[in-house]
Amino acid sequence: MAVGELGAAGKYASAGDNRPLAIEARGLIKSFDGTRAVDGVDISVPEGAIYGVLGPNGAGKTTTLRMLLGIIDPDEGVRRVFGHDRPHDIGRLIGYLPEERGLYPAMKAVEAIAFMGALRGLPLAEGRRRAAELLERHDLAHAAGRTIRQLSKGMAQTVQLLGTLVHRPRLVVLDEPFSGLDAINQGKLEVLIRNLADDGVTVIFSTHVIHHAERLCEGVAIIAGGRVPYAGSVEAARDRIPAQVRLETRAREGRWMQALPAETRRVGDFFHFPLPETGIEPLLRQLIEGEAGILSLSIERAGLHDAFVAIAGEAAARQLAADNEEAAR
Amino acid sequence: MNPDMNARSRLSSLEAAWVIARRDFVAVLFSRAFLFFLLGPLFPVIVGGLAGSIGSQVQREAVSVEIGLAMSEPDNAAMIAARESLRPQLGSALPRLAAVPEAREPGFDARAFLEARRANYAAILSGSPEAPRLVGTEAQVAHWQGPIGLIAASAAGAAPAAFPEVRTEIVATSGASQRSNRIRTAQAAQMLLFLLTMLLAGMVLSNLVEEKANKIIEILAAAIPMDAVFMGKLFAMLGVSFVGISVWGAVGWGLWSLGGDAVTAAMGSDPSDLPAPAVGWGLFAILGIAYFSMAYLLLGALFLTIGALANTVREVQTLSMPVTMMQLMVFFLAAYTITQPGSSLELAALVFPLSSPFAMLARAAMDETLWTHAAALAWQGLAVLALVRGGSMLFRKRVMKSGGAGRAKRRRWRACPGPEALVEPAE
Repeated sequence: MAVGELGAAGKYASAGDNRPLAIEARGLIKSFDGTRAVDGVDISVPEGAIYGVLGPNGAGKTTTLRMLLGIIDPDEGVRRVFGHDRPHDIGRLIGYLPEERGLYPAMKAVEAIAFMGALRGLPLAEGRRRAAELLERHDLAHAAGRTIRQLSKGMAQTVQLLGTLVHRPRLVVLDEPFSGLDAINQGKLEVLIRNLADDGVTVIFSTHVIHHAERLCEGVAIIAGGRVPYAGSVEAARDRIPAQVRLETRAREGRWMQALPAETRRVGDFFHFPLPETGIEPLLRQLIEGEAGILSLSIERAGLHDAFVAIAGEAAARQLAADNEEAAR
Repeated sequence: MNPDMNARSRLSSLEAAWVIARRDFVAVLFSRAFLFFLLGPLFPVIVGGLAGSIGSQVQREAVSVEIGLAMSEPDNAAMIAARESLRPQLGSALPRLAAVPEAREPGFDARAFLEARRANYAAILSGSPEAPRLVGTEAQVAHWQGPIGLIAASAAGAAPAAFPEVRTEIVATSGASQRSNRIRTAQAAQMLLFLLTMLLAGMVLSNLVEEKANKIIEILAAAIPMDAVFMGKLFAMLGVSFVGISVWGAVGWGLWSLGGDAVTAAMGSDPSDLPAPAVGWGLFAILGIAYFSMAYLLLGALFLTIGALANTVREVQTLSMPVTMMQLMVFFLAAYTITQPGSSLELAALVFPLSSPFAMLARAAMDETLWTHAAALAWQGLAVLALVRGGSMLFRKRVMKSGGAGRAKRRRWRACPGPEALVEPAE
């Protein structure tokens, strides 16, 4: 199914985007012990896209990803991965990095990577060969023969990520991949994700850090309280909030002030107001004619954070911020 | 659609189970824990052997079969001579006789002597061979009254001094003896099967709990169906069990070769004297392996489900206790029905999957019919599949509940024990 045929969930792609869908989920519902963890999630991810599932902890991100991967089945709704209802049927095409990382402590790094490949159908010998290559490419050749328990946390985390990729999947699902990484390794991971997408691999990751999603993703699903109030392109999310105008004038008062929109707030020497629907030119004309004495004027496009607040609500945004602080600690 | 997708895009269940089984088998076999596991049965054997030997020695010393003689010296001698003359015919049915030195003292009172516990006689015999008087506790008197009467009669010349020779002819078996003898084989086989199953099936439990602690399980569950994960683990542990049994068997064979007599003495009977089972030793051994595999897989699947549902070792212990008790009950049921072939109770033991391997192995010892074994193995195999399927469904329903909703999401790297792991040891 092409993106253009989808409903609200798939609207982010441009009208000319004819890419087939790597993931398509409609009305996913999952309850645990009577509590609805995911309540009607719709997501569509075209092949080759980098897609973020953005929301605070407990919003239902992991449960959603687990349903997409077939680890658990939804109570209601449908999911398709590369057009298949049963994701295990195309296990060789998928790589998955779970949120709670883990490896066999007594296994050597090269064997751990090869084993993860074997789970996806890669012969062990080929897995070992590729593991050695990957480790070398990521400056970990010296760690190939060491057991996981002998590796540092960051090295072990990298080993698991390489295990996720060793069988060269077409879809990579990463659950909170940036958690626990320092700034340098976060940067490396961003590069890796971009490279995967450049190679045509679809990458979907969950995060509670907005700037990762904003920098990497062409599409996001904002999830809060088990619901997805928005799924679409990052650009469209930002466009939901009108651009903000920041104006500084020499004159403090005057006839020109009548031209400012009703929502205008004054903060110090600056006036802040949403960009009028008619555009900036008519306003500029009135300010000049009213001798406002424009010292500076800037139009700032809304960020994904502003969009998140507007879409998911203040409470979700506050929780997201708290999660970020927690992660930073 | 991606061109790769036209290729086979998943492992078959067998291939997936093989990947898990291979990893687990190698990991367990080359772990330190396996060495301790191999040594495991040594401790109960040593403790059991010591306890048995001490117990039998204590019993030997505590239980006297010696009757004290308090007759006149010639009568004592006549009694001892009569006992010796009867011994070839009656053997251990006769008590040992020994003169009581204190009886020579004037005014010797046998009752007072015994009550004062001055010596370790089962009873004291006074009077004369013609009018013997046996003093002892009620049980001892009841036990020895007859033999003493016979010895006394012989000493008094009232019993035959010569016995006719009884010609004997040995037959290999009879209807009654064959049945009772094969029961011994059935019981021994059931006991061995039960011990091995209980000893080995517990390994499966700790295996899955460990994987959950390592957080590997979600990677496995994402890559392959849980049924295949369970199957792989079961067969890996079964393989490890066969290695363990082979090692124990080899050690046992070695010990037998070195000192079979000592083993026989320690066990109280000669294992090589067990009667041949109805299906013959060769087929019995094959069926034994098949039923051990089934019993192991059935119990292992149950334990695996428990391991999947439990989060901690404590939870595992709590949950596995009822299963262990149930397995004990199942064993008792199967053992009880050995003597009731054809009864509805035996049928129940044959049909109930967990008791079926035990009951069927006993059948193989006692009944030569073979088709029942094919049917039973197929039935048990189906039960294994059903248990594995049920366990994996429970796992998917109840275990993968949350990625951390409502709890702090500090990154926990389970494989790395802590900061000390940052220090890379020399290789």
